[in-house]
Amino acid sequence: MTVNGWLQILLFCAIIVALVRPLGGYMTRVFSGERTVLAPVLGPLERGLYRLAGTAPGEEQHWTAYAVGLLVFNLAGVVALFALQRLQGMAPFNPMAMADVPPDLAFNTAVSFVTNTNWQNYGGETTLSYLTQMSGLAVQNFVSAATGIAVAVAVIRAFSRKSMRTLGSFWVDLTRSTLYVLLPACIVLTLAYVALGVPQTLGPSVEAQTLEGARQTIAVGPVASQLAIKMLGTNGGGFFNVNSAHPFENPGALANLIQMVSIFALGAGLTNVFGRMVGDERQGWALFIAMGLLFLAGVAVCYGAEAAGNPLVHALGIEGGNMEGKEARFGIAVSALFATVTTAASCGAVNAMHDSFMALGGMVPLINMMLGEIIIGGVGAGFYGMILFVVVAVFVAGLMVGRTPEYLGKKIEAREVKMAMLAVLCLPLAMLGFTAAASVLPGAVASIANPGPHGFSEMLYAYTSGAANNGSAFGGLSGNTPWYNVTLALAMLMGRFLVIIPALALAGALVEKKAAPASAGTFPTHGGLFVGLLVGVIVIVGGLTFFPAIALGPIVEHLALLDGTTF
Amino acid sequence: MLKQLRPALVMLVALTLITGLAYPLAMTGLAQAVFPAQANGSLIEREGRVIGSALIGQDFTAARYFHPRPSATLGADPNDPAKSVPQPYNAASSMGSNLGPSNAVLIDRITAEAARLRAENPAAPVPVDLVTTSGSGLDPDLSPAAALFQVPRVARARGLGEDAVRALVVAHVKDRLLGVIGEPTVNVLALNLALDQLGR
Repeated sequence: MTVNGWLQILLFCAIIVALVRPLGGYMTRVFSGERTVLAPVLGPLERGLYRLAGTAPGEEQHWTAYAVGLLVFNLAGVVALFALQRLQGMAPFNPMAMADVPPDLAFNTAVSFVTNTNWQNYGGETTLSYLTQMSGLAVQNFVSAATGIAVAVAVIRAFSRKSMRTLGSFWVDLTRSTLYVLLPACIVLTLAYVALGVPQTLGPSVEAQTLEGARQTIAVGPVASQLAIKMLGTNGGGFFNVNSAHPFENPGALANLIQMVSIFALGAGLTNVFGRMVGDERQGWALFIAMGLLFLAGVAVCYGAEAAGNPLVHALGIEGGNMEGKEARFGIAVSALFATVTTAASCGAVNAMHDSFMALGGMVPLINMMLGEIIIGGVGAGFYGMILFVVVAVFVAGLMVGRTPEYLGKKIEAREVKMAMLAVLCLPLAMLGFTAAASVLPGAVASIANPGPHGFSEMLYAYTSGAANNGSAFGGLSGNTPWYNVTLALAMLMGRFLVIIPALALAGALVEKKAAPASAGTFPTHGGLFVGLLVGVIVIVGGLTFFPAIALGPIVEHLALLDGTTF
Repeated sequence: MLKQLRPALVMLVALTLITGLAYPLAMTGLAQAVFPAQANGSLIEREGRVIGSALIGQDFTAARYFHPRPSATLGADPNDPAKSVPQPYNAASSMGSNLGPSNAVLIDRITAEAARLRAENPAAPVPVDLVTTSGSGLDPDLSPAAALFQVPRVARARGLGEDAVRALVVAHVKDRLLGVIGEPTVNVLALNLALDQLGR
C-alpha cells in the first residue's frame, strides 16, 4: 500500500461526503413534489406523461397497488427487451449486422437489465446491435434505477407519514426520478465522458492499419450516453465485454474517478433524503456512517491484498502487487477501490478483472454482495436494504432491554420483523442454494475456468452477484449456457422482487401507524451506539450465514497460495 | 391489475422514446458537434490512413519498437472460423485472461515471460506489468519502469544511443493528474510514433 493510493481513496470519500447534502436536498424537493429549477423545461413533459398514462400526481397508492404497478411495469420491460433482442437482426441501427440473440441468452439479459443486475453473459461489441444497446439496455438502465429509487422513497414515506394508508404513486416516483434526477445528470456526464475520450457515434467499427502493418478492427459505438446511466443508475452493464476496463469505456484516471463517484452519489444522497423527510438529518447520517465504516473496512482488506501481490509471482523474483487483469492507467489502489465501490453498491461495472484478484482481494467484493449491498447500495435498493437491517437491529435492541422496539416513533412489531427477515433470508437462499446445486451438476461445473477452490469461488460469485443484483463476475466462468442463463435469471428475479415486495409490505404496515413521541426510554437511533449495533447486526446476521461458503472458496485458496500450491 | 396495465405500457413506451432514442441520438449529435475527435474514437491518422486510436493499445513485436503488455484477447482462427486463437490487441473483442492467482497456467505463463525478458535485459528487475495481461487486453499504456526496461533492446535494434531513447521515454511519461489521481504511464503507440520520428 502506498501513501498516494490512500490519498486517492480518501479523495474519493471526501467527494462523496461533500455530495450527500446537495443531492439529498435536491432529491427531497423532487420527491416531495416541490418545484425545482428544471420544472420550466420538464414540467410540461411530465404532465403530458401523466395524462397519457391516465394518472395524476394526486392519485396515491396503497402499498399493494404500488407493488402491482411496479411488477406489471417490470414484466412489460422484460417482454419488450426480450423481443428487441430476438428481432435485432432486422431492426435499424445495426451497422455491424449482429444476428438475433439466442432465446436463453436474451431471457437472461432481459431479466438482468430489468432487475438492475446487468450480468453480462453477452459480449457487448460481439453480440448486440446499437439499437438493442440504446433502446433496450439503456432504457432499462434508467427505469430499473428509477424503480429502485421509487421503492426507497416509498419506504422513506412509511416513516415520514403518520396514520396514512398510501405510500405515494409509483408512476409519479418513476417519472420524477427518471426526468428530474437521472436524465439531466446523464446529459452532463455524457458530455464529460466524451470530452475525456469515450466514443459516441453510430458509425461502424474502424479499420486501422497498425504501425507494424497489421490490421486492427476497433469497435466503437454510442458508448458515452450508455456509460453515464450505467454508472449513475448502478446498473453496470458494459457497452464492451470488459466493461469499464476497456480504454473506450474508461479512458483515464479522471474518467475513472467520475465513474466511481457516480456509482455512490445517488445512494449516498438518499440517506440524506431520508433524514430530511423524517425531520432529523442525523438519522440519515447515522445510516451513512454505518455504511461508511463497512466500506472502509472492505477497501482496506482489498487494497491490502492486491498491493501485497501474489506470493507465487514473488517466488519468481518479480516484485510488486497483483497486476494481472488490471490496467496500467488505474494501478492497484484504484482498481481495488473500484472493485469495493462497485460491489458495495449494486453496480457491477468493473475496471479490472475480479477473477484475477488475489484470493482475499476477490473475497471483499463477494462479501459486499453477500451482505445485501447495503453499503450505499444500488440506487434505492441499498437504502431499502439497509432499512430492513435497521428493523432487525432495533428488534434485537428491543429484545435486549425487554421493550417494544420502535424506530423514529413507529412501533416495530411482529409483522414488520417477519417482512424484514423474509427479505434478509431470501438472499442466502438464492445465493447458496443455486451454488450448491451447480456444485454437484457436472454440466454446471464444466463452465469453471480456474481449477481448485478458485473454481468454486467462480460459481459462488456468479449466484451471489445475480441474487444481489450486482452483475460483476469472476469472468472466467462460461455463464452463457442454458443452465446458467436460466438459473442466474431466477436468482436475479428472487434477489430483486422477493426483497422489493416485503420492503413495500413493511412500508405499507408502517405508514398506517401513528408515531409515538420520544420519551426517556426511547433508544436514540442517531448515535454511535446505534451505528455500532447496526454494523454488528449486519455482520452477524448477514455475514455468518456465508462464512462456510467463504471458507471453501477464497480462504482455502489464500492458505494454498501461502503454502505455494497451484492448481 | 388491469388498472395498472395502461400506465405501465404508456410509461414503458414513452420512457423508451425519451431515454432510449431521444437521449442517445441527441447526445450523439451534440458529441459529434462539440468533440468530434473523441466521439469517433480518438483516431490517429498518418498520411491519410488510420493507424490506430490514441486510447487503444496495438500489438508490437519487432525489436525496434516498444512492446505493450501481454494481451489475452482472442480472434477467429483463419483456418477454422469456428475456433478461437490468441490474437493480441483484438479491439473488436475485448477480454481479460480471467486466470486466478493460484492457477498453474498463470504461473507457468509468467515464468516463461520473465525468462524471455531476463534474456533481453539481464540488468534490470522485471516489471510486474510486463508479465501480466491487462483487464481489457487493449491496455494502451506501460508503467514508466516497463518502458525503461525495454530501452536497451530498442536502442540496439535501431542503432541509437540508449540515452537518446531513454530521454524519449522520460519525455513521454504522463504523470498523475494533479500529482495524485491515477498512475504514471507511457502510451506505447505515442512513444513508438515519436521513435519513428527520431529515425532508423
